[in-house]
Amino acid sequence: MSKKIRNNPLSLQLDRRKFLKGSALGLAASALPLQNADASFIDAFFQKHFRELNKKEIQEVLDRLEQEYSEQYSKHVSVKATKAMPGVQFGYGLDLSRCIGCRRCVYACVGENNQSRDPQIHWIQVLSFKKGEKWTDLEDSDKYYNPDKVPEPDHWYMPVQCQQCRNPACTRACPTQATWKEPDGIVVVDYNWCIGCRYCMAACPYGARHFNWGQPHIPNDELNPETHYLGNRPRYKGVVEKCTFCIQRTRDGRYPACVEICPVGARKFGNLLDPSSEIRYCIENKRVFRLKEELNTLPKFYYFYAT
Amino acid sequence: MIINQRTIFLLFLLLFGFFLISPSRSFSSGSHSDAEMLQKTKTPEHEIPKYFVPPPPFSEGIFPCSDCHGEMEPNPERRELEEMHTNIHLKHAGPEQWCTDCHDLKNRDKLHLINGKLINFDELYYLCGQCHGTIFRDWKAGVHGKRTGEWNGKKIYRLCTHCHNPHQPHFKPLKPKHPPERPSDIK
Ligand code: HEC
Ligand code: HEC
Ligand code: HEC
Ligand code: HEC
Repeated sequence: MSKKIRNNPLSLQLDRRKFLKGSALGLAASALPLQNADASFIDAFFQKHFRELNKKEIQEVLDRLEQEYSEQYSKHVSVKATKAMPGVQFGYGLDLSRCIGCRRCVYACVGENNQSRDPQIHWIQVLSFKKGEKWTDLEDSDKYYNPDKVPEPDHWYMPVQCQQCRNPACTRACPTQATWKEPDGIVVVDYNWCIGCRYCMAACPYGARHFNWGQPHIPNDELNPETHYLGNRPRYKGVVEKCTFCIQRTRDGRYPACVEICPVGARKFGNLLDPSSEIRYCIENKRVFRLKEELNTLPKFYYFYAT
Repeated sequence: MIINQRTIFLLFLLLFGFFLISPSRSFSSGSHSDAEMLQKTKTPEHEIPKYFVPPPPFSEGIFPCSDCHGEMEPNPERRELEEMHTNIHLKHAGPEQWCTDCHDLKNRDKLHLINGKLINFDELYYLCGQCHGTIFRDWKAGVHGKRTGEWNGKKIYRLCTHCHNPHQPHFKPLKPKHPPERPSDIK
């Protein structure tokens, strides 16, 4: 493991694992490289778990991150921490009878959510299946299809991303509680708390979590500067990331980026608790199913056939 | 104990039941549910609310049609068009269909419904809805086609013709964006 696992003050010279090891032995203090520790480094290192921070402490964390990111990307980057709206449970619908596999959603997501371009990370995978063929395993499908035009005759397509389970296996697997389910149902990751053990990735039955094997790279001019602490703010090498239903947009009332880009209108989004929402309409009027229902993960991501 | 809980529950129902069952309660503040919008706009001529849409995707310079048709003698005859609109070939509802099933012969800037009512192009969903009823119902709910904007507030619909050419409505195939890197491509 490289010394410099993160490009932030949190780990200029050490990683949290060493620190944890040290503290277990009661040697916490001696593990700190005090000689080159500035105030922000200390702040970052002793940052409490995000959910235990009070308003003022959150603001301090956000200010610190804004400054770091703005320097790193040579432009103003804002980081917010908008809380869940009361009375909201987000749900998602995907109309398999319309999806044509054009992958517009994949790249809208990459841009909106600041996924690393190199090494490449895609939160959305679009799988292609031959009509009539039995599909036993998602892993057996083709996601590298590249014809001139889609849809190809006799094919159908299924985009897969985080299913935002009501009963998520990933959050339970996390040894540091760096990932959890928010009150509006969005499963989030705190990139400053994740130690990169990847247990959550092993636990996720949908392959929806992605690991930063290398230092993520995003060209400065392509970075989306409107970010959320629990969502699309730039990540570090060695942390896990995933779809958050575009938390930075949806908590402000907007649709996720993938919904807005979809040229066939296959993607639906809304509040499951609102009887007049389009997601409720889908559930009540269409044949819906959820992926790997037998695992009891209870996704809030519904696939359906409009016709 | 049990009786106690039940009494409390019943009392609760009595007191708050009204709120629980009141019909048009919307959870998202500031939003107008379809049902609410319907109620508000339910006047005799305006049975269904107007849906906010971007302008119809006309080719440049073609609208208003009356720029040319205002002076022209309308020709109701079904024929091969030779002087104008030669790129329009109907491939939609069968060989019986003709331009004037949809376009009004006298007022070319309007479409007409089966009952003779004239509508503007930005309301053309009523035209399509006459034959595609279930699709139209889904469209109004935001499920066929798409809406952008706010999931709990203002929404912009897309007209049927933003996605379907009315003359050849089959959805045109698209070029896919490039596939992800294969693990073996990674240096
Ligand atoms: C199914 C109903 C229907 C039929 C049949 C139909 N049209 Fe149209 N037409 C429309 C609608 C709706 C539009 C508006 C398209 C838009 O929103 O841009 C339109 C648009 C047009 C336009 C403008 C196109 C442009 O380039 O923007 C022309 C010209 C036209 N129609 C001519 C015709 C002619 C000629 C015929 C017969 C050969 C015909 N239409 C048959 C529904 C119809
Ligand atoms: C530049 C002038 C021009 C414009 C603008 C124009 N048209 Fe025409 N249109 C013509 C001509 C010329 C014909 C006759 C073509 C023929 O007979 O070969 C015609 C024929 C038609 C016809 C066949 C019936 C008839 O009366 O001959 C329809 C329907 C029609 N136009 C619809 C439209 C609609 C709808 C629009 C606007 C969206 C439109 N046109 C705009 C020039 C125009
Ligand atoms: C007079 C009735 C009528 C009207 C009005 C009408 N259609 Fe159609 N449409 C049909 C029929 C009939 C078919 C063929 C159905 C089939 O093949 O099963 C069809 C087919 C379609 C299809 C499927 C095409 C395909 O091959 O995938 C689309 C999309 C469509 N219409 C869109 C529209 C739109 C958009 C409008 C309004 C501009 C419209 N229709 C107006 C009767 C109508
Ligand atoms: C956002 C784009 C979009 C909009 C807006 C849209 N459609 Fe479609 N529509 C599609 C796609 C994609 C399909 C699937 C086409 C295919 O399978 O080739 C489709 C299919 C259809 C079909 C074929 C029947 C079926 O169920 O597959 C009809 C009919 C149709 N649309 C009518 C309409 C009408 C009427 C409207 C307006 C009220 C409308 N569409 C608006 C994208 C759209």
